[in-house]
Amino acid sequence: MTTLPSKTEKKLGLVIDLDTCVGCHACVVSCKGWNTQNYGAPLSDQEPYGADPSGTFLNRVHSYEVQPLADSAKVQPAAQLIHFPKSCLHCEDAPCVTVCPTGASYKRTEDGIVLVNESDCIGCGLCAWACPYGARELDQAEGVMKKCTLCVDRIYNDNLPEVDRVPACVRTCPAGARHFGDLGDPDSDVSRLVADRGGMDLMPEQGTKPVNKYLPPRPKDQMDRSAEATQGEGDIDVLAPFLAPVAEEPKGFLGWLDRTLEKI
Amino acid sequence: MTHHQPRIDTSPKVSDEIRKTTCYMCACRCGINVHMREGKVAYIEGNRDHPVNQGVLCAKGSAGIMQHNAPSRLRAPLKRVGPRGSGEFEEISWDEALKIATDWLAPLREKDPSKLAFFTGRDQSQSFTSFFAQNFGTPNYAAHGGFCSVNMAAAGIYTMGGAFWEFGQPDWDHTKLFMLFGVAEDHDSNPIKMGLGKIKARGARVIGVNPIRSGYNAIADDWVGITPGTDGLFILSLIHELLRAGKIDLDYLARFTNAPVLINGAEGPEKGLFLRDEDGKPLVIDRKTGKPAAFDQMGVRPDLGASYEKDGVTHITVMQMLAERYMDPQYSPEAVAETCGITAAKIRTIAAEIARVAFDEAFELDHEWTDFRGETHKTMTGRPVSFHAMRGISAHSNGFQTCRSLHLLQILLGTVEVPGGFRFKPPYPKPVRAHPAPHCGVTPGKPLDGPHLGYVQGPDDLCLKEDGSPARIDKAYTWENPMSAHGLMHMVISNAHAGDPYKIDTLFMYMANMSWNSSMNVGGVQKMLTDKDESGDYVIPRIIYSDAYSSEMVAYADLILPDTTYLERHDCISLLDRPICEADAAADAIRWPVVEPDRDVRGFQSALCDLGARLGLPGFVNEDGTQKYADYADYITNHQRKPGIGPLAGWRGEDGESHGRGAPNSDQIDRYIENGGFFVNHIPEGANYYKPWNAAYQDWAVGMGLYDSPQPYLFELYVETMQKFRLAADGHGERQPPEHLRDRIRRTLDPMPVWYAPFEDDVVDTEEFPVHALTQRPMAMYHSWGSQNAWLRQIHGHNPLYVPTKIWQANGFAEGDWAEVTSAHGKITVPVAHMAALNENTVWTWNAIGKRKGAWALDKDAPEATKGFLLNHLIHELLPPKGDGLRWANSDPVTGQAAWFDLRVKITRADPPPAESQPSQPPIKSPVGQGPDELRWEVGK
Amino acid sequence: MHPAPSVIVFTTLSGLGFGLLFWLGLGLPAVTGWTAFAFFAIAYLLAVGGLMASTFHLGRPERALKAFTQWRSSWLSREGWASVATLLVMALFGAGLVFADASWQPLGLLGAALALATVFATSMIYAQLRTVPRWKTPLTPALYLSISLAGGALLAGQVAMALVLLPVAAVMQVLWWARGDRALSESGTNLATATGLGSIGAVRAFEPPHTGTNYLLREFVHEVGRKHAQKLRILSLVLGYALPVVLLLLPFTHVFALVAVLSHLAGVAASRWLFFAEAEHVVGLYYGKRAA
Repeated sequence: MTTLPSKTEKKLGLVIDLDTCVGCHACVVSCKGWNTQNYGAPLSDQEPYGADPSGTFLNRVHSYEVQPLADSAKVQPAAQLIHFPKSCLHCEDAPCVTVCPTGASYKRTEDGIVLVNESDCIGCGLCAWACPYGARELDQAEGVMKKCTLCVDRIYNDNLPEVDRVPACVRTCPAGARHFGDLGDPDSDVSRLVADRGGMDLMPEQGTKPVNKYLPPRPKDQMDRSAEATQGEGDIDVLAPFLAPVAEEPKGFLGWLDRTLEKI
Repeated sequence: MTHHQPRIDTSPKVSDEIRKTTCYMCACRCGINVHMREGKVAYIEGNRDHPVNQGVLCAKGSAGIMQHNAPSRLRAPLKRVGPRGSGEFEEISWDEALKIATDWLAPLREKDPSKLAFFTGRDQSQSFTSFFAQNFGTPNYAAHGGFCSVNMAAAGIYTMGGAFWEFGQPDWDHTKLFMLFGVAEDHDSNPIKMGLGKIKARGARVIGVNPIRSGYNAIADDWVGITPGTDGLFILSLIHELLRAGKIDLDYLARFTNAPVLINGAEGPEKGLFLRDEDGKPLVIDRKTGKPAAFDQMGVRPDLGASYEKDGVTHITVMQMLAERYMDPQYSPEAVAETCGITAAKIRTIAAEIARVAFDEAFELDHEWTDFRGETHKTMTGRPVSFHAMRGISAHSNGFQTCRSLHLLQILLGTVEVPGGFRFKPPYPKPVRAHPAPHCGVTPGKPLDGPHLGYVQGPDDLCLKEDGSPARIDKAYTWENPMSAHGLMHMVISNAHAGDPYKIDTLFMYMANMSWNSSMNVGGVQKMLTDKDESGDYVIPRIIYSDAYSSEMVAYADLILPDTTYLERHDCISLLDRPICEADAAADAIRWPVVEPDRDVRGFQSALCDLGARLGLPGFVNEDGTQKYADYADYITNHQRKPGIGPLAGWRGEDGESHGRGAPNSDQIDRYIENGGFFVNHIPEGANYYKPWNAAYQDWAVGMGLYDSPQPYLFELYVETMQKFRLAADGHGERQPPEHLRDRIRRTLDPMPVWYAPFEDDVVDTEEFPVHALTQRPMAMYHSWGSQNAWLRQIHGHNPLYVPTKIWQANGFAEGDWAEVTSAHGKITVPVAHMAALNENTVWTWNAIGKRKGAWALDKDAPEATKGFLLNHLIHELLPPKGDGLRWANSDPVTGQAAWFDLRVKITRADPPPAESQPSQPPIKSPVGQGPDELRWEVGK
Repeated sequence: MHPAPSVIVFTTLSGLGFGLLFWLGLGLPAVTGWTAFAFFAIAYLLAVGGLMASTFHLGRPERALKAFTQWRSSWLSREGWASVATLLVMALFGAGLVFADASWQPLGLLGAALALATVFATSMIYAQLRTVPRWKTPLTPALYLSISLAGGALLAGQVAMALVLLPVAAVMQVLWWARGDRALSESGTNLATATGLGSIGAVRAFEPPHTGTNYLLREFVHEVGRKHAQKLRILSLVLGYALPVVLLLLPFTHVFALVAVLSHLAGVAASRWLFFAEAEHVVGLYYGKRAA
């Protein structure tokens, strides 16, 4: 039955730190590797050495340029670049699940993971149509829908050491920009991170209630603001005292040197 | 409604076995767990126990499975049958291949070993390949450092006995302000990413100084979009501000640097040299006595501001000379702002922030330690400002001095080898004097008189023949670039073709794509490789090349020795070379064949063991003339550089229980495999900071075999070696530079950091070519030979030229447009894309995405060839002719580092756009065919 | 959205087929025997042909029967049930007309209702998708139903009904387009909400996650030139509605009737091509493809 469970015991998901992601694609390829070899059919590639290579990936890293608007403190703010990993958000109100005509797509009651039961999938693609995030890709070789499983075959896997029971993307992320945990538990590390850093939903207006959260970039280029402030009248430059000159000339500097060394 | 869900197996078997080895997808050398299923490689992940990556792994590392199985792998030795450059080969046996090589090389060795030029590219076995070259007797050996990053290494070693990347790292756990310079965020990539992650987790601040706000700079809290080639000037301006404000660590400077050392001020052959005692030790004035004393004398308290008269000559301290120079108004923020493209206010704000964090947020670690003067310190002072730099600041003709400037800045702040600052990784710190000098003494039929590469300490160490002409084909260690510690691989083909300084017979290369992305002037180099003389013979008569893959270079060789993939081979990441140590530990590692090759290929180093024996090289044969090392694994285990010191430090001695020093152990490689492919030995607490001066560290390092005796030294704010070259330029000494270089040496080999405009600015019209053009490798492809990798090429299959808003608008560019990009040397026509977070006078692209048609087992219409491109076509290995008939290298005048980033271009909209990127070259014939149409990669199910 | 021939053929033909079945179920025209057989054969060819075409876009068509399981939640499943039920009921009703010369009225009315339900379910597959703001409107079922009814009337020879319904469908079409052109910008979904970065400043897609193509780009990102779309819209209105109406107003000939039907079919096909090709899936925002 492809109705959604009214409640899940846990809300397992990812917290992705946009202030830390350097856009290295490590998570992308680690995911490709694990899921090619594990859950369901391998992630295939078409024309892998050809003129138009493409293939199935369950996690991809976009990048966006953001131009802050000019304000009174900064006339020409520098543009910012933000790397943006994106995979299934394991929504509480997952529209991909309810549209599925075969029951292949479902949301697990125990942890909220959204999965595709590949042997029931007819490859109609409607779930991908219903997903606003582009989290689902129809594998061209297998003809079934593929998506992030939150590494359901890792996180409970008794054959892995306990420390490795996290999604492959989280385990591999060099910068530690990906966090995994129970977002249904307000005391979990991930929930605290979301609370502390103002974690946000993507496309909240779509009403999907994503479990995965994104931590926004911290405010950038604050130095430009204080640098401009020093040029304005009446502004107090908090950093100015740190550059109060001890000497203007090398000679004066030597005098300072001598006096200071005396004290050491 | 009830909810049903299928039962799934959440505990499937992951693999039959995990084999732990070392990645080779770039230069990081991370530990990897290779999961095997039914004897095949199934999945690769990072090794959690490994000191380098601690479990994480980048995109390239995870894509290793596609590299290992790439259809572009060479299958057997190849002999060229068509003309050079055609790609027409026939497969031959290893016996025949090695016989051909022996027949070519043996006569050269008997007559003139320098007729062999042996250069290796992304070689991680340089202590072995140099051993081969040294035994052969040719002076012509180096790896790719000269065109990559020698400024970074040499400036660090000459200044402070270590450098960034593999040489050292910021104290990620304690730093509160991290400042990262330079474009091309590639080297040491996982460690830097992990470090940034730690900083970010603590909410500490990152400042990025880079014309391009990508990658690490994208997460920098503050971005300084500096004009390329001006980092040195910006840094010297920060120093100007810090000196004026007295925000420098005087105690640190007095104790641990040559700031208090006395310099001879009299005109003449001694000018600018250190005042030394009878033992040759530099002298300082002791504040307690007011008298001169050797710098390392027990209990001495060096005076930074002293001056000293001796024999009528005034000597002043380095510190005074520094103050004199950098307090000059030419370094004021206002004076440099326009050149650097940074407002004076911003420079001042950054200087103030550095000062604030370094001194107001200083802290103490409760570690007692004793310095080399015998003084015990109760605590360690932390200055939580740290610096790091990428290749961008070094790949300029002013790169050496720029890197030196950065080291000067961090040393003035007292933040090197202290908590929160920058820390060395063993075997560094290591002073220049502990490195060998370069050797070039050739005797036919005999080995070279010593190691090729090293650190010169004056004109006497240059590699010059008796007539003063260069001894090496790449002109390393000559007056053109006296301190060229890594050689100049980018000049080898050009010089060999020109017969300047002499002609060679055989060019032998390993893992270096010199007919493509590793060369400047790609078309010119291809022509040099295929040019024939009047008699119809190739100007470079013979070319032997070893590579695992069907790279562009393969087509230009006469004989191909096919290498294995990294999962099929033995290697050692040795303490004799550039090891995998971390700041808290010495470590080395191996690779071992986790799978056997399914093709007729051999690890290149094993092939050299065979070839060396066939040539009868002393290091490669037993006394009875038989082959000494069966293969590379045999060499790794049994070779001894000095008694008790071999390629691997772990599990030495007959019982395998000695570390660092000990007799060879026949089980050593097995012990490494049992331990996860690496060996690590932690530095004791209390020895892990202040290493150059910390007696406990020095003793530990001697025990590990890193030094033969303790080697404490002072950081060289003033590099006396450079002054010796300047004295020569002023006519002092026996070895004299040619006239045309005297001025340049005086100007550029300044013993204190100096900034001068990149050379290209002097020789091209900067009005006509107003735009700086840069390249960097994408993180998912750095060093990864990535284009034949089915997964990675989907991420980066072609590359646009990124254009800043000002130029984008001025040219009326729109999405999908193409542009003609012209330099003083050449023209390319390529796709463009808009980027706002970019220095307004800079364009850039991802490097080495563009591929030659027919290479790498790709379709000839692959996007890499039709929409991808190389900027290399615009860059020449020589500067434009100056009319003096001389060939001026496009290199740093100190080290010879290729000045890739000096490039200036102009850009116009291409209307109509071409069908594909220009210049377009005809396809080369693939010796391995083309890859399959579909991949469904799953093993063992 | 990718204007896949399979879905265009499916919605166009089956819409017309079920439209015809609706009128046949009402007994309009009141035919029996071989005439009835001919009408039913045309209706079944269109409806079943359309349904068959729809299976071409399945990755695993051999498992198509599984699609009947989720009728409680899935419009696609409901459409399956409704279409099969319509075809069964109408087969029985048709059999009565053809073989027994009997019009089992209640069965016909049930079949007519099911035919409408089928078209409604088809339209709801699209209209339910919040991810495609152009589709997410009650106007979508209204459009599908009006076209289906008008086309059915035309094919059923219900000239008077067709002369009313064709203009109604044309008006629905124009309304649907007018609303659709504003739908994405009025949906509240844009690159700022997609990335959550809008509070910092103006967001622009910089570098895509892959330089090549992928399933998402092929399936969801299709860009139609504005001028090209305008031409097609006019063509669709002229062929789909104006020309058939003119032809119906002319003295009846079989040729004119056939031309009117074919013209209508071509117009509806053009409309359906635009229905998909112009539809902006919000995932395109992530690729910088929809400047909303």
